[in-house]
Parts: sequence; structure tokens; C-alpha cells
Amino acid sequence: MFRKMLLASALALAIAAPASAQSPVRVKFGVLSDMSGIYADATGQGSVIAAQMAIEDFQASQKGIQAEVVGADHQNRPDVGSNVVRQWFDRENVDVVLDTPTSSVALAVSEVTRERNKVFLNSGAASSDLTGSACSPNTIHWTYDTWALANGTGGALVAEGGDTWFFLTADYAFGHALERDTSNFVTSKGGRVIGAVRTPFPSSDFSSFLLQAQASRAKVIGLANAGGDTINSIKQAGEFGITQGGQRLAGLLVFDTDIHSLGLRTAQGLVLTAPFYWDRDDATRAFAARYEQRHPRRLKPTYVHAGVYSSVMHYLKALEKTRSAADGAKMVAEMKAMPTDDPLFGKGEVRQDGRKIHPMYLYQVKTPAESRGAWDYNKLLRTIPAAEAFRPLRDGGCSLVRS
Amino acid sequence: MMTFTIFGVSSVALFGQLLLGLINGAFYAMLSLGLAVIFGMLNIINFTHGAQYMMGAFVAWMLLDYLGIGYWPALVLAPVIVGITGVIIERTMLHRLYKLDHLYGLLLTFGLALTIQGLLRNQYGASGLPYAIPDELRGGTNLGFMFLPNYRGWVVVASLVVCLTTWFVIERTKLGAYLRAATENPTLVQAMGINVPRMITLTYGTGVGLAGLAGVLAAPIYSVNPNMGADLIIVVFAVVVIGGMGSILGSIVTGFGLGVVEGLTKVFYPEASATVIFVIMVIVLLTKPAGLFGRNA
Repeated sequence: MFRKMLLASALALAIAAPASAQSPVRVKFGVLSDMSGIYADATGQGSVIAAQMAIEDFQASQKGIQAEVVGADHQNRPDVGSNVVRQWFDRENVDVVLDTPTSSVALAVSEVTRERNKVFLNSGAASSDLTGSACSPNTIHWTYDTWALANGTGGALVAEGGDTWFFLTADYAFGHALERDTSNFVTSKGGRVIGAVRTPFPSSDFSSFLLQAQASRAKVIGLANAGGDTINSIKQAGEFGITQGGQRLAGLLVFDTDIHSLGLRTAQGLVLTAPFYWDRDDATRAFAARYEQRHPRRLKPTYVHAGVYSSVMHYLKALEKTRSAADGAKMVAEMKAMPTDDPLFGKGEVRQDGRKIHPMYLYQVKTPAESRGAWDYNKLLRTIPAAEAFRPLRDGGCSLVRS
Repeated sequence: MMTFTIFGVSSVALFGQLLLGLINGAFYAMLSLGLAVIFGMLNIINFTHGAQYMMGAFVAWMLLDYLGIGYWPALVLAPVIVGITGVIIERTMLHRLYKLDHLYGLLLTFGLALTIQGLLRNQYGASGLPYAIPDELRGGTNLGFMFLPNYRGWVVVASLVVCLTTWFVIERTKLGAYLRAATENPTLVQAMGINVPRMITLTYGTGVGLAGLAGVLAAPIYSVNPNMGADLIIVVFAVVVIGGMGSILGSIVTGFGLGVVEGLTKVFYPEASATVIFVIMVIVLLTKPAGLFGRNA
């Protein structure tokens, strides 16, 4: 018995020897996402790929960091999501939860992460409450939020004379937050919200709701929904001649994968706000080309995927300093202390309330004639500088913000 | 036109919503009809029905994308192709289960549905694929109380014709009489020289083909995605339960009727529009367990 133990410890020492100067730091990332539902293409498996790419590009193993990525499907349900995350934390030694679209799930996961003092780097969810009333010292909201979308797309349409709005709102935390933030924005600019209809999530038939929006005679119909819901509402709005009737559609949250699914003939002319577009510059194009190679269906990355990449990159930089993933709040504090810099989002910072700051871009979907082929979808209208792109720190009501 | 308001909703808007409800009801009717036929004749609760509806839409998309075959030929081809896959499923798997409890058929078809959805999701993703409305049916007509897209008008007409034809064939023709007789007493009907197993196979194929047809009709309206059937099939099962398992006419009338009820809910209390059909199902089960048009067993 004793001999066996001796042998085992000798063996363990032998394996550990090459890195003996500094024992490797272990970290495990869990990509919690919609792997099969209406958000799966914009987030899902692609986020696992993006996380792996970040680890490789950071050359983690050369820097003495042993990083691992696992993935799970939350089926867009908060109960499923928080159960997976509890199991990850308690039994599978996951240190960092990534992506997590669907705001209701994200808000639940943020709570669990705080309880267990781990790290939550959210890229996929939109609700600005994650860095507002529900902010947490363990959560960073990386890529975009409802306030930024309202500010970008809402701002552009109000500026063009769209001063009366009617909302089709997905009936859960995300839709409500997007409707609220956009309404606030519209009214602050002197516009009016005439009405809103709460649509069950997810829905496939929007004709009835579109008819109500049409009857309201609002100049702008705001789609406070995402993924499959947005695809179906835009497709059916075309059928009911909404835009021919003089009303404008505001797709408040539109991913490139949605445009891909709709086709340019249906999607052309839409104005959208995004923090990242694969065809923006050489760096993003290079990233997209590598990502596409690894994607089983050869899709281009959405901004959610880019956000996962960027957040993992920054986390690893912080981990290289702290050399321990054990204390989640400490890791997040370190990430806030360091400026961010990566090829996809450029230079930026993580604010006290957990909001990652970078520029946003206002795009318009090209016409079929303007497009040079598959995935050539957006033309840049305007860059919204980082300082104006997100909700001012003071306005969010986050308890972490010192006045 | 005379106009009035009900709970703050003008009659003009209401007529529009009623018509839309009828259009959605057309899909419920066509799908629940296929389910009712299959349950009535085979005693199989066909959980694959939603996946087969989705396959109809996918086959239409594939015909267009890979072979350049447009909407109108697809309207015939896709249901036939989906029907043939149904025949294969019946011959190789389902026919082994007739002597067993309903539950086995249900589990088998449910498993098949998940498999088909999963395979297509892997291949084509979850966002859906674009399928345009055929040029002949683009645009719409202003009815005074609403703008009716021509394509939706076509869907109602087509589904009414399909439903009534199916009802007529089963209830009013000799072939239908054989079918009904074979359901009651297969041994006796076989003794009269009728090939009952083949008839059952073809019935399943036809029921499945109906789902495929509904799928082709839906392709230009909804995004063609692997989950489109799963979302719908639960509602359609509720429709079948409300109408009465196995009742052909019941499933048609309930399909259209519940489409209208759902449409009205979308106006007065949209948040509940996804649940209203299930509330009705509960009430019907409590008061008339065999369904509105079902015979008490």
C-alpha cells in the first residue's frame, strides 16, 4: 500500500515537473447558451468555438494556464439555466459562465454566480438591468444591451422623423427591458409611444399583432424581440405591406444570422445597431475567416460570438496576473482595473457597474443589388463613439456605483 | 360600412382579426385532420406529425434550392415525397406496434420526431431558411376592413378544399366505407378480399402527406426551420382532443374555430393567446371527456 502511494506521488511529480517553475493555473469555462432554439444560430455552438479560439490565440498553455471549455443548452428557460450553472459550480469546477442569451436566464444565472462567488461574462443577453438594478460584483455585461440598441436604432429613426411608435414586445424580461429603454429614449426626444402588444415567447405567427400595429398608424413599429421572433415578424410585415403603407420597421435587435435567414429581398433597408460586424476591417475579417473554417455549417460570427471571444481574452489576461481563478469577485475587480484591448472591439474598459464599453455602429441592410454575395449584408451609416454608446454610469441605478 | 366598438376595439379591426384567426385555423384544421385520420384508422397517436409538417416545408425549400423546382410543382411533389417517407415508416416500424398499447406508438413517433428535428437542425441550423411567396400570389387586396395578403387568402381556400375533400372521401365514398369498416373489424373486411394492411399503409401515407401539404403552404409565411412543427403540434393535439379523437368533421370545425378564438385573444389579451387553447381543452375535458364531436367509447 505504502509502496503504491509512493509510486503514485513520484509519478505525479514526474508529470508536473516540466511546469514546476510555476504550477499551471486551471480554469474552466462553461458556455451556457441556447443550443437548439430560436437563438441557437446567433449564439449557441458558435460561442463554444469563439471561446476555444480565444484560449488558443492567447496561447494559454504556453503561459501556464490550463483552460478548458464545456457547453450546455439552457433551452431559454431560467430554471434549466440556473440548475445547469449550480451543477457546474458545485460539482464540475466551472469558474466562468459565458454567453447566456435570453435575459430571463441571464438574470437568474447572475444571481447564482454571485452566491457562489464565480464569474459571469455575459455576451448574449440584452437586458440593461444586468448592469442596472440587478448589477453584481461577479458579472460583466460584455457585448451590447437594450439601452445601447435603443440609443442607436431608436435614435436614428427618431432623427429621421419617426416620432410615433408602436411596439411588438416579446413577453419576458428582455422584451420588457428593450421596450422600456426604447420608449424612454423616444419620449426624451419628444416622440410618443402610441401602444404596445406583448407577444407570447416564442411565437411564429405575428399577423394579428402586425395588424394592430398597422391600425395604430404609428410611424415606427418597434420590434422588441429577437432571433426567430424577429425573423417571423419581419417576414410577415412584408406580407402585410406594412412598409408600403408608409410605416417603418425598427428591428431593435437584429443579428447577421437573422438577415441570412430572411434573405436581403425581405430584410433590405432595415436599420440596426451592432458592436461588431465581421466585414468591418482586416482584423474582423481575419477572425471571421478562421471562425467560419471551424463552424460546422460555415457561418460567419455574430457580435455575440465576437463578444465571447473578446471577454475570454480579457479574462485570461487578468488570470495571468492573479494566477488563481478561485475568487470570482477578485477576478472581476482585476478585469475592471485593466483596460481592454483586442482586435475585434479595439480599446475599451469595464466600468464599475460591470458594463464593458466600446463603440457601437449603426448599419443599414443592403439591397440585393448592393450586396456582393452571401454574408455581405450591412453598410455603415454612423459610428457611435464609446462615450455615447452606453447608458451613463449614474443613470443605471446600480448599487456598485459610488456616487 | 357600419362600425362600432367592443371593449375599445373597433369592429373594423375585429373583422380583420377574425379573418386572420380563420387563416391560422386553416393550418390547425389541416394538421388535426391528418392526425384524426391516422388515429381513427390506425389507432396510432402520431407524434411525428409536426416533424412531417416541417419536412413538407423543408422539401419545398430543397426542391427550390437544389433543383430549381418552384412553389406550384412543390405543392404536389413535397406532400408525395413526405407521404412516401410516411409509408416507409409505417412499413418498417409502425406496423409492428398495432397489437400493443397506444403508448408504444406514441413513444416511437415522438422519438422519430426528435430525431428528424435534430438531424435537420444540425444540417440547416435553427434560424430558418428563406422561402419566398410565389409571384402570382404576391401583394394583397384591400378589403376595406383589412389588407388581406393574397397568399393568406389562397391558404384558406386551399385548406378548405383539402379538408372537405378528405371528409367527403372518408364519409361519403366506397373507399371511405372500406376504411371505416376496416377500422371496426379488420379481420372481417380482410375476409371479404380487401387488402387491409395495404389500405392502412396508404392511409398513414395520406395522413402524413396532408401534414406535408400544410408544411408547403406554411413555408412562405413562417420561417422554414426545424422547430416550426414542434411549436405547432402541441396546439394541434389540443385541437384534436377538443374536437374528439378520431372525428374527421370534429377536427376540421374545431381547427377553424379555435383559430378564431386564438385570434380574438390576440386582440383582447395577447399575453394569454398561447394558453387560451389549453384552457378550452381543460374545460372541454371536464365537461365532455370524449371531445365536442367525439363518440363516447
